[in-house]
Amino acid sequence: MDPKRSHLLWAIAVLAIVALAAAWLLIPGLRGSGSKEDVKVADHFPNDQFPSTYKPLPSQPTLIRGATVLTGTDKEIPNADVLMQDGKIVAVGQNLKAPDGATVVDGKGKFVTPGIIDIHSHLGVYPSPSNEATQDGNEMVKPTTPEVRSENSVWPQDPGFARALAGGVTALEILPGSGNLIGGRSVVLKNMPSRTTQGMKFPGAPYGLKMACGENPKRVYRDKGGPMTLMGDVAGYRAAFQKAVAYRDKWRKYWKEKADGKDADEPERDIGLETLALVLDGTIRVQMHCYRGDQMATMIDVAKEFGFHIAAFHHATEAYKVADILRENNVCAVMWADWWGFKMEAYDAVPEGIALVDAARACGMIHSDDELGIQRLNQEVAKAMAAGRRIGLPITRAHAVAWMTRNPAKALGILDKVGTIETGKMADVVVWNGDPFSVYTLTDKVYLDGALVFDRGNPAISPRSDFELGQMPERGHTGGAGQ
Amino acid sequence: MKSILLIASATLALSVTAFAQSPAPVSSQPLAPANGPVLIQHGKIYTVGAAGTINDGDVLIENGKVAAVGQNLPVPDGATIIDAKGKPVTPGLMASYTQLGIEEVEMVNETNDTKADQDLDSAAFDVADAINPNSTLIPIARIAGVTRSLTAPVMGSSVFYGQAAVIDLGTGHDLIDKRHAAVLVTLGPVGSDIDRGTRPDTWAKFREVLDDAREYWANRAGYHRPGGSRDQRSARIDLEALGPVVKGEEPLLVHAERASDIRQAVRYATANHLKIVILGAEEGWMVAKDLADAHVPVIIDAQHNLPNSFSDIGATLRNAARMDAAGVTVTFMPESMNPAQFARTIAQVAGNAVAYGMPWDHALAAITKYPAEVWGIADHYGTLEGGKDADVVIWDGDPLEVTSAPTAVFIKGAQIPLVSRQTMLRDRYRHIDKKGLPFAYR
Repeated sequence: MDPKRSHLLWAIAVLAIVALAAAWLLIPGLRGSGSKEDVKVADHFPNDQFPSTYKPLPSQPTLIRGATVLTGTDKEIPNADVLMQDGKIVAVGQNLKAPDGATVVDGKGKFVTPGIIDIHSHLGVYPSPSNEATQDGNEMVKPTTPEVRSENSVWPQDPGFARALAGGVTALEILPGSGNLIGGRSVVLKNMPSRTTQGMKFPGAPYGLKMACGENPKRVYRDKGGPMTLMGDVAGYRAAFQKAVAYRDKWRKYWKEKADGKDADEPERDIGLETLALVLDGTIRVQMHCYRGDQMATMIDVAKEFGFHIAAFHHATEAYKVADILRENNVCAVMWADWWGFKMEAYDAVPEGIALVDAARACGMIHSDDELGIQRLNQEVAKAMAAGRRIGLPITRAHAVAWMTRNPAKALGILDKVGTIETGKMADVVVWNGDPFSVYTLTDKVYLDGALVFDRGNPAISPRSDFELGQMPERGHTGGAGQ
Repeated sequence: MKSILLIASATLALSVTAFAQSPAPVSSQPLAPANGPVLIQHGKIYTVGAAGTINDGDVLIENGKVAAVGQNLPVPDGATIIDAKGKPVTPGLMASYTQLGIEEVEMVNETNDTKADQDLDSAAFDVADAINPNSTLIPIARIAGVTRSLTAPVMGSSVFYGQAAVIDLGTGHDLIDKRHAAVLVTLGPVGSDIDRGTRPDTWAKFREVLDDAREYWANRAGYHRPGGSRDQRSARIDLEALGPVVKGEEPLLVHAERASDIRQAVRYATANHLKIVILGAEEGWMVAKDLADAHVPVIIDAQHNLPNSFSDIGATLRNAARMDAAGVTVTFMPESMNPAQFARTIAQVAGNAVAYGMPWDHALAAITKYPAEVWGIADHYGTLEGGKDADVVIWDGDPLEVTSAPTAVFIKGAQIPLVSRQTMLRDRYRHIDKKGLPFAYR
């Protein structure tokens, strides 16, 4: 290139950057919520009253050698090595050297993927066995309950956690149920066996707020004072967020007056409105149950009205009808491979849903919402991938693996920590005994922060819950991860 | 004709291109049965019959039947030829225990004919009275290779649920293959924790009804006479329906999960010369020998491995393999939460049984030949053998693999268009950014 032209281009580029920076400073809309002059609620109120006590298990350096690695970043690396050390992925490549004292795992014929992340689970809050005493997933006493938190309902002894671990699930979001318009806070867990929920809690993961569109709140509250229609649903969300805005502004006024040295009366705290105010902050991410495309479009407008963002629509069986709208508004769609038809709003699901959303360059992903399905999310992605290929979409398995790893990590706000096999990330890694997109393939080893937490070949490394101990041992029943 | 069939049997990519360019070329009429014989050549033919698997084999379809299976079959005059190119060819699959034909949307009551009215405690409730051949669920299941279903009532709050029927999933007006294929009964607690009968309640009622039925059939003509069976609590219509059951002709399909419930059901059936099949059988592996010795088959969801209640603590992914190894005839139901909508998961259920130790050929038989034998239709369905109905599927890969799908489906000899409400929705929204008339015109 002509050096003069090159200089000119550089000058233009620098000017453009300066102009953009000035615009960013001068036009508040470009900065989104949480700009400098807006006081964040999270700066004043502690957000995490049940702090994580999660500690990785002790581990030694581990080198997985000669496997096919699906990194989650659209790359498939044949005959590759993955080195995990001090809980992190420290190297991915070929012919890596094993550090002193490292465990070397023969990866020949095996596949390595990031740990699966299920963005929609009710393990622990609707545990197995299911009976009246264990139905802790949905506070269906009034349509709006932002004050409740799923983490206060999780039963860590749910045998489903260990089963999901054997299916390669290393992190999962536990949501309240969908009977309410606003169902309460969700929590992100590491799938680490623990006596306490805090011991499973994913360190540093943002909270979610469970909201629900459509039929469920109508059905639950039809005879309990409403909502009984979709318009009643929408009025309910708007009323709740209107209160949240007023609540936030009341506190902001108070904080400002105090900062100015004025004598101000402290407003009364409301833990539900505080959660919604943290949503307005952008501190808590909205995870919204919503099947129908038209309802997604409505909810995007509601979010705009009050200045919050919806991270993802869950059970989004009609996302394929509005994939362009989702893309333009940066909202992810959480889908099943082929569930459909169990209710009216699920009647239009298609098996190509994830592939079509993906093809529209929106953010699509799998989820289970089910204690059995969570054990086979790799098979669900395989079906979604194959359905897409059959309509001519060129979907590689290197790409499809992101539907159960990178994309859920993105929607949960933990992509900086997990979701891909990249240097510096938490070593949440699954070794499969073959192509993970085959029905015959099983997990071989599962690592959480570099520590082996499930080993199919070693019953000593196979967690089982208290509930399953002593249940019919004389019949050969073991329970646990590999059941 | 040959070229039309070839296009139809090619991968969907071709037809999708066509859909994208023009209004959906979906025929409003079912495809007519092939006018003349169809010869599928060069397939890997899984006959699931005595001939086993035939590499580079042919299947001849004529007059709705499998006319011949073998290598290098002669080409009859006027035959349409399909080159399977080495891909698997299997019998159409059978999903045991679905609500195909009696349910459209599970939670929309108006679309459900799945459950007896509370007052009708009812062996007489007969799904055959309600089969809807135009249900959108049927094309969705059959383009996944499912060609037969045991369509059965769902479990209600009574002991008896009603009568199941075998249907085919073809394009005809009358899909019923076999009426009165089984009477459903529960012999373990089901339903919610709060609102259920106890086991002794259930057994007492069950015994009373069957005793009544025996008495009724012993003196049917005397029903209305003083002292006749009219004085029984059981309704005449139920006693009528239970006739073939107490005579050991029609199976009782017994829902039971806990090992002790299964064992007790087997003992009662043996003592009373009943034919029974166990539905659910989550703990069947613990009593596999009892099942095998009594020749009692099971219908299971092989993916069930968590205690949904205290009745299925022993649920395991190895249930299918263990029972199969013990000599039990194992058949599969789809993912059990919504077996009608999820009928197409039947091959995946079988594949997962293989992943946990069931031999592959047994798993394929568990969704073809075995249910044909259990439901008494093996004379015309279940294997690729001469004289049977031509339920034939050509696959693009291993039929039990989750990435595989049919490229051609025949039901009773008629080639099925690989079209469903879902393929049409998909094609309508295939190109979301394409400008033009609203989607309703696409």
